[in-house]
This record gives sequence, structure tokens and C-alpha cells, in this order.
Amino acid sequence: MTATLTESPIAAEPVPVPVRASKARGGASRALWVLPPLVLAAGFFLYPLALVVKQSFVDKNEHVGLDVWRDVLNSPSFGDALWNTVEIAVLSTLGCLVVGFFLALVLSFVPFPGARAVGRIVDTVLAFPSFLIALAFTFLYGTAGVVNAAADNLGLGEPLVGFLYSPWCVVLAEITFYTPFVMRPLLAAFALVPRDRLDVAASLGAGPLLVIRRVLLPEAWPALAAGGSLTLLLTLNEFGIVLFIGAKDVTTLPMLVHAKGAVTFDYPGACVVAVVEVALSLTLYAVYRFVFSRTGAGRAGLVA
Amino acid sequence: MTAPAIERTEASTVGAAPAAAAIGIQDLTVRYGSVVALEGLSLEVARGETVALLGPSGSGKSTALKAVAGFLRPASGRITLAGRDVTYEPPNKRGIGVVVQNYALFPHMRVADNVAFGLKARRVPRAEVTRRVTEALDMVGMASYARRYPRELSGGQQQRVAIARALAIRPPVLLLDEPLSALDATLRADLLGELQRLRADLPDVAIMYVTHDQTEALALADRIAVMRDARLVDLDAADRLYRRPPSEFTASFLGAANLLGARVLAACAAGDDAVEVAVGGLTVAADPTRAFAEGERALLVVRPHSLEVTAVDHPDTLSATLTATQWRGADYRLTCVLDGASGQSGQSGREIRIDVTDLAEVPALGERLGVALPAEPCVLVPAGVAG
Repeated sequence: MTATLTESPIAAEPVPVPVRASKARGGASRALWVLPPLVLAAGFFLYPLALVVKQSFVDKNEHVGLDVWRDVLNSPSFGDALWNTVEIAVLSTLGCLVVGFFLALVLSFVPFPGARAVGRIVDTVLAFPSFLIALAFTFLYGTAGVVNAAADNLGLGEPLVGFLYSPWCVVLAEITFYTPFVMRPLLAAFALVPRDRLDVAASLGAGPLLVIRRVLLPEAWPALAAGGSLTLLLTLNEFGIVLFIGAKDVTTLPMLVHAKGAVTFDYPGACVVAVVEVALSLTLYAVYRFVFSRTGAGRAGLVA
Repeated sequence: MTAPAIERTEASTVGAAPAAAAIGIQDLTVRYGSVVALEGLSLEVARGETVALLGPSGSGKSTALKAVAGFLRPASGRITLAGRDVTYEPPNKRGIGVVVQNYALFPHMRVADNVAFGLKARRVPRAEVTRRVTEALDMVGMASYARRYPRELSGGQQQRVAIARALAIRPPVLLLDEPLSALDATLRADLLGELQRLRADLPDVAIMYVTHDQTEALALADRIAVMRDARLVDLDAADRLYRRPPSEFTASFLGAANLLGARVLAACAAGDDAVEVAVGGLTVAADPTRAFAEGERALLVVRPHSLEVTAVDHPDTLSATLTATQWRGADYRLTCVLDGASGQSGQSGREIRIDVTDLAEVPALGERLGVALPAEPCVLVPAGVAG
């Protein structure tokens, strides 16, 4: 077939295409799609957040300034709450990483009857409210809980378990609740590791620990980091578990916001703590995005 | 691959009898739940010998290899390496080199680190690791790729690295599980040639080679174990198994032979050189693989390339009708249906395949042809016995 480039005598006049008008219509159409979510985000999230930030600079006498911030940041209760928040979040996250890695390892590579059912339970826990775990802990480890009642029946005397109202109980409850958040991405990552790779590593002389350390861990690192970062973010902001356990001297930033806002009606002070909490979370999220973009986990789809 | 000869193996042969096989498998059975994946396999591989486990999917060949490697726990039976019972030993204690179909390279390690993995796991001194990694990569022609990651290599290169990694630990036994299956045809042919050269460089290593490809098995193996339905069907030297298959399944799987229905005209004993059989309307001499009774139904094993196409009225030929023609570059494969014969080949029971290299004119589909059997006696196997 030969193509001719000469103009056809019967060719119709080219119809002028209104490129700009078309682009303008496309732009307007896109704007219509983008507008509703923007309005929703602004109305229900950004505006209230802006009000909180604004309120943090207005004291009880309606004076605008940094007085409220100075008072809150210099107060011992804020320092304690900040320290408790970070300490509990870090310890809980470390615990979740250790327990989650171990459990995901067992579920993925140690075949046993019911492994699939356990996997489903893990998924279910993700849908539970966090205070449920705290409530369960109260039933289990409270002064009149199952464990202490059993100990009493056995004649062991004093309450055997007395850590319910300590920071350690908060950490334990958060580990219990948030471990599935580490396990889920790990299980997905382990499912992608070919069994042959582990078998060959073993045939080359590597024992189980070496296989985990040199073969499995490097492949699971992005999933581990993703699960750990998410857990750290969530535990920093955890409120239900801390409130329900009611541990003595365990005030975290969310608890402090609650106390100032709902108990002492110190709204400006509550707003300051809330802004600090948001800043802490956003900073952590920024670090998380930065680290993942550098390690390539983002390319693997682990960063939204 | 270049070929610096590898140093002798570091096999732990403590306590082994001098004549012990490098690999000994006795009555090995492996089950996946209620499914029997391998049943009663007994096999020995001598030092320096290559045995191919050949069979279709699900025949149990890979299961056997995984049991030897220690990746699967057998339900019963015994596995020995140089006389040492390793049946329940973990893989890391067996000292076996394993190469699998999908390479199983560690993606986060460079080529050199992949090859060094086994040496470091065995706590070989650092200087020695470097030397041995270089030596192993030299063997497979991959020394210049040492700094690359697996993702930067082609499939053939990755498989070479996997072989180097397995050889670096100097195993007395090398297990290859369909190592060429993931490669395209050209690469497969190239790497097959390189494996042959490598085999010559490893005179002391016992190799168990799992494949479903008869070409690989015939090219590499000293002996071939033909497997089917979780069982060993036949085991013999590769050329003997090809030339004189003892069973119908081996004849058809190894070399895709035509199996023509035949009737034994006179009884014969197991060691007899020849026996007369009736095939179609012809009486021909056959080479019996066992004793046959007079009148017994049997199958004549005829390779596609040993049949000849003649004129339809040619004397001493079987008449057939051409049903399909396939040009394969080097030859034509003609598929015919025998007239009134009771052959076993093909779906219809009368279909035969003929490979012809010098065809002056391609016959038309539906054309009637004469098919001449080879002059030398064809092998006669029992009918309807899988082995």
C-alpha cells in the first residue's frame, strides 16, 4: 500500500478545534470533581484545626499572645505527659515489632493446624476498638480479676498480679492491641518470599537464625518499618487504653487534652497540648515518608 | 563457562564405608497429608555420577530431590550421604549444593555476596571466602558480574550465579531441580552445553538432576530414573533406556516413540535376541525386553525418525493416511492414521508420527502413504504395563 501525502481535492475544510475552550471545559469539569472533597476537608478538618491553633493563642481573658503556650510548656504536667507519651509509644512499638515479627514468622513458615484461623483473628483484632483490650485486662489482671481470683482460691494470699494500674500495663495493653498492625504488612511481605530461597539458604549451611537475619529480615524490612511507623503514630495518639486502665501517674498528651478540655475547662491549655500532639504526629509522619522514599519502600507501594 | 577444575570436595565421610554411594535412597515415601507424593523410591548415585530423575509433572521427582536435600521430611525410608544416615538431619547439616528452577538468589545481596553466603555460614576465613568466590564465579564465567545485583542480570546469568553459589561450598552432592526450565529455548540450549562442560570439571561430585525434558536428561545423565505417579518406573543407563526401553511409558516419554500394536507369533524367553511378531498385515522381527507367550499382545517401539515414507503400494509397508504435517525447520513431522492397524499411539489408537528430513514434495492432507518399518528389529514391550 502506498501512502500519498498530496492534498485530496475533495478534502473537507478542516474544522477549527477550539482547543482553549475545550481545555477550559476540562479544567472546569476537574474543578467540579475536586471541589466537594476540598470543601469537606476544609469544613470538617482544616477549619476546626485552625480554630484549635487560633484558640491556643487566646487566653481566658481573650488576650492574644504566647502566654498560654508559655504557661503550658513550662508546667510540670506537660513535661510528664510528653515524656510518658513518647516512652509508652516507643516501648509499645518496640514490643509490637518483636512480638509481631515472631508471630508473623510462625504463622508464615511453621505449618500448623489452624494457622489460617489465627490469621483471620489477627485481621479481626484490627477492627476492634482499643478500649476493649483495656477492659479485658481489667477483667484479667484487676484486683478482683480472673488471675488474682484464681490465685486467691489457690491460697496464694495477696493479689498475685498488681500491675494493672502501672505504666507497664498500658504498654502491655498497647502491645496486645497494636501487634496486628505490625503483623498484617509482615504477613503480606512473608507471603512474597519464595520458599525456595529459604530452603537454598539452609542447604548452604545457614541455621534458622542466620536465615532469618540474613535472608528474611532484609526482605521484611520495608514491611517492618511500615508497620512500626504506623504503630508509633497510633500509640502516640492512643487515648482509650490509657483512660480505661486509669493507671496512676500515667498522663499522656491525649489524656492531658482531655483533662484540660473536659475536666478543668482550660480550653486554651487543651488547644496548646493538642497542637503539640498534632505537630508531633506530623513530624513523625514526615520522617516516615522521608525514610521510606530513601529506602525504596515507597516504590514498593508501602507508602500511601 | 571457563573451566578451572574445582578442588575435591569437603564431604564429611566420617564413618562411611569406602564403597558407599554418594547418595543412597532406600524405600523412600513422602506424603503431603493423605496424598502420597513419592512411594517406595530406592536409588543410589555413585560419586562422580549424574542421575536424572525424569518424569511428567506430579511424578514425584522434585519431591525426591527435596527429601534428599532435607526440605521435606519423609514418611518412611532412609536417605544416606556417603553412607551417613541423614534422613532426619536438617538441610544445613547435610552439605549439599542445591540449584532450583527460579534461581532463589538473595535479591538484596550482590552476586559475590550471594556466592559467599554459604561460605560465611560455614565460617570460612575471609581470605578463603574471597578466593573461593572468585573461583566459583570463574567456573561459570560470571567473575565480571560480581558487583551486580541479581535484578541486573538475565535469567541465564542468574542461573549461573546460582550454580556458582552451590559449588562454592564444594559439595560432594549437587542437586539440580529443573535448572533450565525458566529459561527461553536458546538460553536453555546454551546453558545445557555449559552444564555438560561443568560436569567434566567436577569428576567427584554426585549429581541428581530433576527434569521433565528428555533432551536434558539424555545430554547430562549417566543414568536416567523414569518416574510416574510418585513411583520409579525404570532406571538404567541413559543410552540403554533410550535404545531398549523396558516399558510402554518409558518408550513413549523418553523419545516419544510410536507404540504399534503387535501379536507375538512364537513364544520367546527373556534373553532371546529376536521374536517374530505380526504388525498390521506384516510379519517382522522384534527385540523382546522379556519373555512373551505365543499370541500375547505387545507393543512395538518405533521411533518417529526410524520410520520411512514410501509409495502406498510398496511391498512390506503399512498403509496409512496423512492427517497433519508440521514443518520444524530441520525436518517434517507427519502424523498419519494406520489403515486397520491396532497401534497404541495417539488418541485414536492408530495414530503414528514420522519424522522425515528429505521430503521432495510434501504430501497433501488425506493422501495415502506407505510406511516402512526400520530394517533392524524394533524393541518389543509388554502392552498396557506402565512399568
